Amino acid sequence: MSDATDAPREAKDAAAAAKAGDGPVGTPAADTPQTATEAAHEGGSQNLPADPGARAQLDVVAVRTGMFGSAQGGDTSGYGGLVRTIAMPGPSERPYGGYFDEVVDLLAEVLGEGGTAFDDAVEKVVVDREELTLFVRREHLVTVCRALRDDQDLRFELGLGVSGVHYPHDTGRELHAVYHLYSVTHSRRVRLEVAVPEEDPHIPSSVAVYPGHDWHERETWDFFGIVFDGHPGLARIEMPDDWPGHPQRKDYPLGGIPVEYKGAHIPPPDTRRSYS
Amino acid sequence: MSSTTSSAHGAQGTPRAAGSIVDDGVEDVPSFEATGGDWSEIAEEAARLGEERIVVNMGPQHPSTHGVLRLMLEIDGETVTEARCGIGYLHTGIEKNMEYRTWSQGPTFCTRMDYLASFFQETAFCLGVERLLGIADDVPERATVIRVLMMELNRISSHLVCLATGGNELGATTIMTTGFTAREEILKIFELVTGLRMNHAYVRPGGVVQDIPPGALDTIREALGTMRGYIRELEDLMLGNPIYKGRTVGVGHLSLAGCMALGITGPVLRSAGLPYDLRKADPYCGYETYDFDVPTSTDADSFSRTVLRIEECYQSMRIVEQALDRLQAIGPGPVMVADKKIAWPAQLAIGSDGMGNSLDHIRTIMGTSMEALIHHFKIVTEGFRVPAGQVFQAVEHPRGVLGAHLVSDGGTRPYRAHFRDPSFNNLQGVSLMCEGGQVADVVVAVAALDPVLGGVDR
Amino acid sequence: MGIEEAAPSGFLLTTLEKAVGLTRKASMWPVTFGLACCAIEMMAAGTPRFDLSRFGMEVFRASPRQADLMIVAGRVSQKMAPVVRQVYDQMAAPKWVLSMGVCASSGGMFNNYAIVQGVDHIVPVDIYLPGCPPRPEMLLNAILTLHEQVRNEPLGVNREAAARAAEEAALRATPTSEMKGLLR
Repeated sequence: MSDATDAPREAKDAAAAAKAGDGPVGTPAADTPQTATEAAHEGGSQNLPADPGARAQLDVVAVRTGMFGSAQGGDTSGYGGLVRTIAMPGPSERPYGGYFDEVVDLLAEVLGEGGTAFDDAVEKVVVDREELTLFVRREHLVTVCRALRDDQDLRFELGLGVSGVHYPHDTGRELHAVYHLYSVTHSRRVRLEVAVPEEDPHIPSSVAVYPGHDWHERETWDFFGIVFDGHPGLARIEMPDDWPGHPQRKDYPLGGIPVEYKGAHIPPPDTRRSYS
Repeated sequence: MSSTTSSAHGAQGTPRAAGSIVDDGVEDVPSFEATGGDWSEIAEEAARLGEERIVVNMGPQHPSTHGVLRLMLEIDGETVTEARCGIGYLHTGIEKNMEYRTWSQGPTFCTRMDYLASFFQETAFCLGVERLLGIADDVPERATVIRVLMMELNRISSHLVCLATGGNELGATTIMTTGFTAREEILKIFELVTGLRMNHAYVRPGGVVQDIPPGALDTIREALGTMRGYIRELEDLMLGNPIYKGRTVGVGHLSLAGCMALGITGPVLRSAGLPYDLRKADPYCGYETYDFDVPTSTDADSFSRTVLRIEECYQSMRIVEQALDRLQAIGPGPVMVADKKIAWPAQLAIGSDGMGNSLDHIRTIMGTSMEALIHHFKIVTEGFRVPAGQVFQAVEHPRGVLGAHLVSDGGTRPYRAHFRDPSFNNLQGVSLMCEGGQVADVVVAVAALDPVLGGVDR
Repeated sequence: MGIEEAAPSGFLLTTLEKAVGLTRKASMWPVTFGLACCAIEMMAAGTPRFDLSRFGMEVFRASPRQADLMIVAGRVSQKMAPVVRQVYDQMAAPKWVLSMGVCASSGGMFNNYAIVQGVDHIVPVDIYLPGCPPRPEMLLNAILTLHEQVRNEPLGVNREAAARAAEEAALRATPTSEMKGLLR
């Protein structure tokens, strides 16, 4: 990593080039971060199935049919037969561009010194929208966090919290915990993502490495029901202690009530017709 | 463990004896919990049990906890031996609600998170959406400068409320009235530009909802002078005040190591000596082109945080002045991306019933072009699609690093929107800052952290 | 004619009801009860630009036992609801409740699992104030309107009769859900 300040500008150039359609997305030039935007756009939004051969491989998390979210009644719109794959940006190929290659190399080296193979700890590396995401297997999460925090060339000393995402149709990987780490020393960012099945929602706690993640993990437990093993006091934090369920999961209803006024009846937003 | 102690007291006929929040290490210590009741009775019972240790519940409805924060303090005499926070009393489910609204409606929700610093949530969200869309470079220069202008004014108003309520909590009403009077000057500008005093929803994906009105630049320049006077007054009131100094100097100490471990950012981190400010470290909205300083201190106490906040107000004014000059130089122009598939079609005007779509605009789309009408209807009801993926966009909030984690599934609504609010994270420092101090110092330490519970609970 | 003919000058005659109403209305003390955004506007209403103290109302009491008026300023979450009720119960009668802002009045835009859809589910509300958040001037107007209401409040038998009449009128009226027509 020679010049950290140059990377964002180059990254923007790459994004602009990809958007204009004259930049080959699959084979980015060295030193410019990849962007899977174009591929994701085609796979996710233009109702085309992801084609792993031609472009960056996509990570299909759900398949939806129809257009307006309602399956009742006859299909008068003609949109009922629509099939749409929801695909997240898939694993990236080297070079990742910017400082991302260096971070991944250093991490592999540090993990190797500790006796953990990089490929065992990290499922895949995704570079998208100028951001580096490492999908970490849960058993190696604490090791990876410690390596990222302690190595002097990595120094991701600022843990910016944990956030949960629920993909109910991504079988076996329904619950994702997303960790955002910043390096104050090197002005770098990295994101760790851990996917666990709904039946076994256990992730080792990162509080021992980043004490600031204490409340964030409690919040993620509260909202998504991810159990952080080894957390010093995993209690609900936002909801009352006796609250049933984990309210920000996708299968938990919004809980809105219909609004009625002068005979007019407005259903809560989660039961209205939608365009997705 | 609590059941044994409580049943033991219950057998002796003690009125309000129940399990307490003590941990396992102190199992043999008799404990009780009093909710309301006569203080002499409570003291008597404590004396009877031969136990000085008392757990006091402060809040959630308490005048000096900055909103609905609940503090559980374990005290020994006047000394706090353990301090814990209870939050969630203002949990609003905003993140869940955002999943059911379009991307354009997002700012309307996230502006209400930290209601004292609305523009920061809006900007973080919109910068994130723009990066997801890949249009970050297409946002007009004028819109970016307006965002910076509004954010910096907002930073001043937020710091003023922090100083004012902090003073009020120490019993200094003049600090409060002066701070709020100064804040009104900024709210007048906000009202002029956005139409609202709070909860603006002014920054939208792709730009800002409308240009600043004619004459606003001069009004802001004029108001800056007034504001400077008020802040100078506040500075005299607070920094030279021996009582204020006596209450705050050396109170609520949190070292740099503690801040870094707990992920505490903002003025609290800077008061410990690290000049970490995202506007410098990881610039967004073109902050690298503005000339300003990041004030720091090494005292790491409540007083130094007050000094830093006042200093940051002056630095924000510097940025505001530069932004005003740039707006003047740029001249009139678009404040929304040119792509009509994304730009919110707002040509607002003040009508008899308040602000709404201008009649000229409605006449144009209704009368002249069927396609324009269809497009207007579609973009308002359905919204625009955002390619699948996720971003984490961080901005420097008055209280620290605000991060917006946005996940899109390629649809018209966020798949997941999560905000890493600085107050939520910073509140974890309360135990470190308060334990070992006096009960009265808890109020000072919390006021210097400046948590806003709307942001904490979301 | 009446007693005023015979009484010496310097006497002013009124009904007990009016005298009580006047004293109750004057210097009504609100409890410090801020929840969210509206609380900031409530605080702003107490500061020099708006100056709530013109109406003898600036003394925000920290203890509910000394307060007459609860201004529910902001969204009430399910977790906060028992606390709101407890504060209300701790206030000494006569007491009034002002629901400030749409969130407190009806849940507002937060129609979800976390928010009580109107504080009137847990405490009786005397006056609703719309807005998100309402301006301090609107709060002043709401308080003055409430003052008027308090000043004209009947006492004793009159109070019972008034309550009965109000109930009958409410029973006779068409429920809002059965009203038809334009939404205004």
